[in-house]
Amino acid sequence: MSYQVNGHTIEHDEEGYITTLSDWSKELADEIAKVENIDMTEEHWAVVNFLRDYYDEYQIAPAVRVLIKAIKKEMGPEKGNNKYMYELFPYGPAKQACKIAGLPKPTGCV
Amino acid sequence: MAPKDSDDIPRMHHPLEIPKLKCGAMEDSAPYPASPAHQASVGFPEELLPDWKERALAKMKDLAEKNRAFKVYLDACVKCGACTDKCHYFLGTGDPKNMPVARQDLLRSVYRRYFTFAGKYFPKLVGARDLTEEVLDEWYSYYHQCSQCRRCSVFCPYGIDTAEISMAAREIMDVVGKGQKYCNEIIGKVHVVGNNLGLQEKALRATLEDLEEEIEEDTGVSVRLPLDEKGADILLITPSADFFAEPHIEGLIGYAKVFHEAGVSWTISSHASEAANFGLFIGSYENMRKVSLRIRKAAQDLGVKRIIFGECGHAWRVAYSFLNTLAGPWDFLDPKYPVPQHILEFTWDQIQRGNLKLDKSQNDHIRLTYHDSCNVARASGMGDQPGGQFEIPRNVIRAVCNHFYDMDRDTIRESTFCCGGGGGLLTDELMDLRTKGAAPRMTALQQVTEEHGVTHMAAICAICKTQFSKVMPKFGYDMESIVSVHQLVSNAIVLTGQGGAEDEDGEEDAA
Repeated sequence: MSYQVNGHTIEHDEEGYITTLSDWSKELADEIAKVENIDMTEEHWAVVNFLRDYYDEYQIAPAVRVLIKAIKKEMGPEKGNNKYMYELFPYGPAKQACKIAGLPKPTGCV
Repeated sequence: MAPKDSDDIPRMHHPLEIPKLKCGAMEDSAPYPASPAHQASVGFPEELLPDWKERALAKMKDLAEKNRAFKVYLDACVKCGACTDKCHYFLGTGDPKNMPVARQDLLRSVYRRYFTFAGKYFPKLVGARDLTEEVLDEWYSYYHQCSQCRRCSVFCPYGIDTAEISMAAREIMDVVGKGQKYCNEIIGKVHVVGNNLGLQEKALRATLEDLEEEIEEDTGVSVRLPLDEKGADILLITPSADFFAEPHIEGLIGYAKVFHEAGVSWTISSHASEAANFGLFIGSYENMRKVSLRIRKAAQDLGVKRIIFGECGHAWRVAYSFLNTLAGPWDFLDPKYPVPQHILEFTWDQIQRGNLKLDKSQNDHIRLTYHDSCNVARASGMGDQPGGQFEIPRNVIRAVCNHFYDMDRDTIRESTFCCGGGGGLLTDELMDLRTKGAAPRMTALQQVTEEHGVTHMAAICAICKTQFSKVMPKFGYDMESIVSVHQLVSNAIVLTGQGGAEDEDGEEDAA
């Protein structure tokens, strides 16, 4: 189970989350997005970048409302809402966006 | 790799409609296996052991000797058929192996072969069969199509509890090295970090501070969500989803407002930042105990007087039924209060005392129904009256909401349907099963939508809330149609000093 990027093989688990977080790169994010049927736009990148910054600070993905608040601040209320997040990432901003951002999947009753 | 969507969402005319049989329809359904690291983190063999068969039988023997209920359940079934159409997974999938009696028989047939006289000598006559790798795989598939909701046990004339058999089967599989990823990874995380999410103290603190700011912005009142505060009276133990997911967080805000208005001191603990106890789902007493002992340690370290549980279904079963034996005695707590208490008991008490100012019209945009969570409904109680676990949530709802309508009587209270994601099945690779298993509940919901214009459903379990937010859109509802009970309380509560509502004529934002 692996992604191929620029001749490199990057391992992932059954669900497509990369197993070594330091393997992440922007090219890899594009590749994961392709497998997920997502065309990465500026808005997608804003989410992915926020998730990565938050993870650097707290070693976990942010709660969805924290993410939405941050996007609202950056891009306005038309984009900073739950519905829009699900338009960007149909399988959920927490899980699908984390996968593309190279972060572990949030576990538990979420 | 995106989870596969269900291609045939069951459309039922009635929540109890019996489906046409579809033999083998779900035989390929199975959750991801636990990795060697996940297995090790919860004290089980890393992979399937070479002598797995002997060990499995030894474990079965051990369970039958030590757990009288388990042995009685295996021996007592007379195949009357009362349970056959009671399981939501059977109703949703039509697979006859999801009939509770058939699910029990997957294990019972092996028990008979090795541990009963008739099965040892005349196996064919009594439906006994050898334990083979195919049987083990069948166990893995179908014991992960049981959410341990216990609806079938309500209708069994002998009270046979399929949940107990399903827990035992999972325990047997765990000890031979065939564990499930979702549960075992999560339990391992609790042992290290203290919660299912893996949320560390720093992140938890930041989340709580953020919510404090948000409440102050919304209401103009400073409401605290304290963390690790020594000397607080109340320790709140709540599912970590309450710090992360929607609509769970709205419920947490509700608890904080109730505590604030009640004028009590309370705290969350970073050491025991989880109510959920997945040790129950895998039938592992040792893991259940280890998780529970974190609560004991937190209560002692913080010097609290009482423990209150937030909205989490199976956690309340573990707390209500087993906390004393798992992690007691609780003689260091204030004997004036039950150990533990449920947040709904606390809130209902405050409402009865008149300590909360409530403006029900704040929920007038909602026409509500209530989903009884299985573990609360059938495995616990609330308050000091029989049936309190049904009445207290409804009492609170009626106190904060003008438009409330119950669903079909056969699908609520002790006969409630599982949400479809309980018992350690709330994982993406089981989405097809989860969607089909939710069909009876969704059909009952559609009925009250047609009859009464119901728009929202409330629940008091983190698993139910997440499950419904994922499956309701497949049945034509918005994902925000599932709400926390304390979210409704939060909407209605008028904090002391809060502008707007019927106070003065200031705007909502006025301080």
